[in-house]
Formats: sequence, C-alpha cells, structure tokens
Amino acid sequence: MSDKQFKHKLYVKKNNDVAFTASTLEKIQTIISHYPYGQQKSALIPILHIAQEELGGSLNVDIMDYVAGLLNITSIEVFEVATFYSQFYIDPVGKYVIEVCQTGPCAICGGEDMIQYLEEKLQIKVGETTADKLFSLKAVECLGACGSAPVMQVNTEFHEFLNLQKIDEIIAKLRSESELKKPEELTWKERLS
Amino acid sequence: MERKIILENIEIEGIRSLEVYRKTGGYKSIEKALKMTPDEVVNEVKTSGLRGRGGAGFPTGMKWGFIDKKSGNPRYLVCNADESEPGTFKDRYLLMNIPHRLIEGMICSAYALGSNKAYIYVRGEFKTIIGILNEAIKESYKAGLLGKNILESGYDLDLHVHTGAGAYICGEETALLESLEGKRGNPRLKPPFPAIKGLYDCPTVVNNVETLANIGWIVNNGGKEYAKIGIGRSTGTKLISACGNINNPGVYEIEMGLPVEEFIYSDKYCAGVKGGKELKAVIPGGSSVPILPKNLILRTAEGQPRLMSYESLSEGGFITGSMLGSGGFIVYDEDACIVRNTYNFSRFYHHESCGQCSPCREGTSWMESVLHRVENGEGKMKDIDLLVSIASKIEGNTICPLGDAASWPVAAAIRHFRSEFEFHVQHPEIVKNVKHGSLEKYMKAPAVTGE
Repeated sequence: MSDKQFKHKLYVKKNNDVAFTASTLEKIQTIISHYPYGQQKSALIPILHIAQEELGGSLNVDIMDYVAGLLNITSIEVFEVATFYSQFYIDPVGKYVIEVCQTGPCAICGGEDMIQYLEEKLQIKVGETTADKLFSLKAVECLGACGSAPVMQVNTEFHEFLNLQKIDEIIAKLRSESELKKPEELTWKERLS
Repeated sequence: MERKIILENIEIEGIRSLEVYRKTGGYKSIEKALKMTPDEVVNEVKTSGLRGRGGAGFPTGMKWGFIDKKSGNPRYLVCNADESEPGTFKDRYLLMNIPHRLIEGMICSAYALGSNKAYIYVRGEFKTIIGILNEAIKESYKAGLLGKNILESGYDLDLHVHTGAGAYICGEETALLESLEGKRGNPRLKPPFPAIKGLYDCPTVVNNVETLANIGWIVNNGGKEYAKIGIGRSTGTKLISACGNINNPGVYEIEMGLPVEEFIYSDKYCAGVKGGKELKAVIPGGSSVPILPKNLILRTAEGQPRLMSYESLSEGGFITGSMLGSGGFIVYDEDACIVRNTYNFSRFYHHESCGQCSPCREGTSWMESVLHRVENGEGKMKDIDLLVSIASKIEGNTICPLGDAASWPVAAAIRHFRSEFEFHVQHPEIVKNVKHGSLEKYMKAPAVTGE
C-alpha cells in the first residue's frame, strides 16, 4: 500500500525532523548484525524500544517513518507493529508511566485497590496523564511477577508487594526526582555543593 | 521428595556470575556434549522423557526429532522467555538468579540440533532480565563458551537476546517467530510446523526456558537417571510458581508426584492459606487451565490423592480435572469471588486476542461483556448458559490455543461454581453493593464448592 492511500486517525504526519545520535546509530547497527543478512526487519521491535526511550517517551508518525527508513522497510510495516504491541505508546505520555497490573493474581491481592488509590492520589483516571505531564496512569495485564502481588512498573522499573504507604513513597520520590536538575544543567557552583 | 536440578546451588552468593557458576560445576555438560554426536544428545533427551515445560507438555526429544535436517537450510534454536501467563513467574525467577543454567542448556541443545544461531525471546517488560542475560552472554563469549570454535571443538554458536513488547500471544511459538521476524504477533496456521518451516522459513525449535535449563543436567547424568526422578510419564522436577492467597508465595522446585495437599499446606512450600482461611479453589497451571474447587484439587473424583504431575492433574478430563500447564499455581481463599475472577481473566483474554480468528476475537469480547454485566448485578439467568455456549463455540475453532485458553476458565468456573453465578443474577441489590470479595456470607444455600 502506498503512503498516499493510507489514512488513519492516528496517522498524522507533522514532518518534524527526528534523528538518533551517532552512538545510538552504532548500537542499532549492532542489533541489526544479530540477525541474518537481509532479515534486518527483525530488529524492528528492539529499535522501536530505543526510539521510544530516546525520542520523548512515545512514538509518532515521524519517528516511525524514520525507523522505517533506517531498516529499509515500508512505513506501514512499522505502523502495524507499533499499534499491535502494548508497550509502544502512540499517544503522548507523561515523564513517568505508571502501569499497574490488574490481572487475576494481582487483583485478588489488592491490585484493584491500588489502581483506585492512584486515581484518587493523582486526580486522573486510568489512561490519562496529569496536567503537569509528569505521570501517566495505565492499568495493564499480567506483568509476570504474580508471587509479589500487587505489582506495578514505572518506566520498566518494577515495584512489588505494593501497599498504599509504598505508593505514597514512590510518588513522592518521583516528584522530588523530577525537580532535580540534570548534571549538565547545573552550574559548577551547584555541582561542587 | 526434595530434589533440585534447575535451582541447584541457587542459594550460593554470586551464582549469577560465570566464575562462581563454573566453580560449582557449571558448563561441564558442554565439554561432555561436544564429545558426543548430536544424535546421541538427542537420544539422551528422548530417554529422559523430558516434556515441554511451557504448558503443553509435549515430549522435548520428539520435538527435536522432527527437525528437518535434509533441506540444508540453517537451523535455529529459539528460547521462549515470553512468560506472560497470569500466575506464572518461574522463568523470571530462574533467569534473574541463575541465567547461566539456561545458556548452558541452550549450547547443548543447539549442538544437538546442529544449529549455529540461537535466540532468547524475552518479554519487553523484563528489562532487568534482559540486562542480566546480556551480561551473562558477554561473559560466556569471553570465556570461549559461545562464538567461534567453542572449547576447540570446531562448533560455532551465536546467541542473542531479542526483546518483545508486551503481547501475551507471543508466547505461542509461531506468534513468537512472527514477532522475532519483526511483525505483528499473529500465530501461523500449522502445518507446516516450525520444525520444518519456522524462523525465516528455516527449520526451528522453540523451547521454554525451564525445558532448556534441564538439558545440562540430562547430558551430565544421562537420560536414564533423569527418567528415574518423578512419577510415571511425568519425569524430572518442575518449577511451580505459587501465588494468590497463600502464606509463602514464590517459586518452588518439586519432584513430580508431590501430593497437592502437601504442596499447599506444608511449611516447606505454600505454608497454607493466608490468614488461616479456608481453601476455596485452585488454578493449578496458569490462568488458562480449568479452576478446581477444594474437594477436586485435593482428591480426584475417585478419591485418590491428587499429585503434582501431568497425568494426575488431568485425571477426570475437564469434567473433574485440570492441567499442570505452565505450573502457575493460583490459590483462592474462601473470600474470593469466582465470578469477578472469571470476568477478570475474560478481560485479559479479550485484551490479548490478536484478532486474527473471528471466534476468538468476537467471542472473547462477548464473554467479557456478558461477564461484566453478571458481575455488576445486571445479568439474566440465560446469560449463564449463553456463556457456556460462547465458550464451546470458541474452543477448537481457532488457529492457536489462545481461543481454548480463553474458553476453558469460563466453562470450568460455571461447571464448578454455577450457584455463585446464579446468585449474582438473583440478588442484584447485594451484588451491586459489594465491590469485591466473596458473597458466600450472603448466600443462604450451601455452595457447590465442595465439602
């Protein structure tokens, strides 16, 4: 299917320039080399992970087209993969994506209460992002850590054996972390102190 | 009956590193395997009676025997570490603590299959494990255990980690291969089976992490020794990941044939139901297998004690039995609401259905919405039979087993706990006010749940 015929509500091209850094491109070349010659498409999912991580937390059409160019495949091949897997976000997300497990074993150990509590605490519903673009709350299916239920992950970092107090601590920690400046943003005086 | 094969030496500090792992006898099997012919290794595995630990329980040696060696195409070995069955977390525990056990098993297996390229497909959520595995693989390359000319034998093997991105369906072997090729995880129609046409249309074997972790021991000690462990056709040990309302959730390695009663109540394992409550039901093999009420999980319909083995758990078929599956042992106490739990799993399967086959795509959605209305006190009596009918129409009518996996829990829950479903329909005023938890205390009529 050519790009001209393809129209979808999620498929909005903004023609922003996107590009990986040289070191990332090198990393990508290593990943591609793991697969046999001519099968570079296999590297698509690992590269989309990198793209999402380094280019703003979620994917958009510009990023997807850029990745398609890197792998020499069509745009639609990237789009169909990006919309199939639940770890790729097409909509913009906050800095911290909180994903709480809601499947059976977590649910009987209080997973649903955790979701409700987070909704009240962050003043958003599941699937929404806070106004300050700091937190996105998602309810996801089994994270594969049922023995330490209830479980949630914040940007792929697991938090296990949750309770309300623990959630308070995690949120407070993330809030304070986001206020800190990155080392390169600090002046030399601040660094010394 | 304590016996450790896979988790042996797991308590030793630093076992995650190659150095410590080798000191405790690790990677010995490779030296032995490389001196044998590939067919001899396959025969050892056949003799061992090892069965696939991912859920289906298919004999591993037989699966290896099917691989097409005539075509001349490169052969691939793929390890399935896309563990996403609710209730199962054994592979995560294994990889987190002792990743070299898998790499050792994979080198022996790849040699037996004549494969020079192997992949480990890890689910995308396990970021930590991907890091651990990459580190372990790097160490093995440095030590000459991977790469060109392994231990001067002339045999080459490249091993890489591939990440998924959060799709339960990619645990199905053909969907996994599609995903490994960089496509959507839509399962393929079989035949041709992966052993003939798998990854990149080449002969491929896909095995679970736990299955491959057993191979090192089998090569070291021989298939005959392995077959002595366990009971009947369920040979060896099995990792059981116990979770739910129990005192000691976690991963346990048991010898096949351990009585279920001992597993639940012994202090060595689950240590009984949490809070001293009464046991209500158990799902013995991950969310896909039928749920069993207390009386049927502890004893079979004939009154024999139920054992942890492929045969004993499936005794009585799906009428009074279940399956060992992937070993995800979910325990429910007396306060658990079976209807809510069934709705929860239906939502899971609806979310995870790839949408390729109509019975599964539409059926899982219908089951979810019907169960949602029963759970919220808006159901009608005929909804219960409707659910049974939908479930029976999905089962067996789809390309992959996800359709079956979605219909079995619903059918079994209604079979064993019908009165609870009926209560939800008859008493909407109570159901609407109780968000979760059992309605047992509201139900005057004794439940069918056993006793």
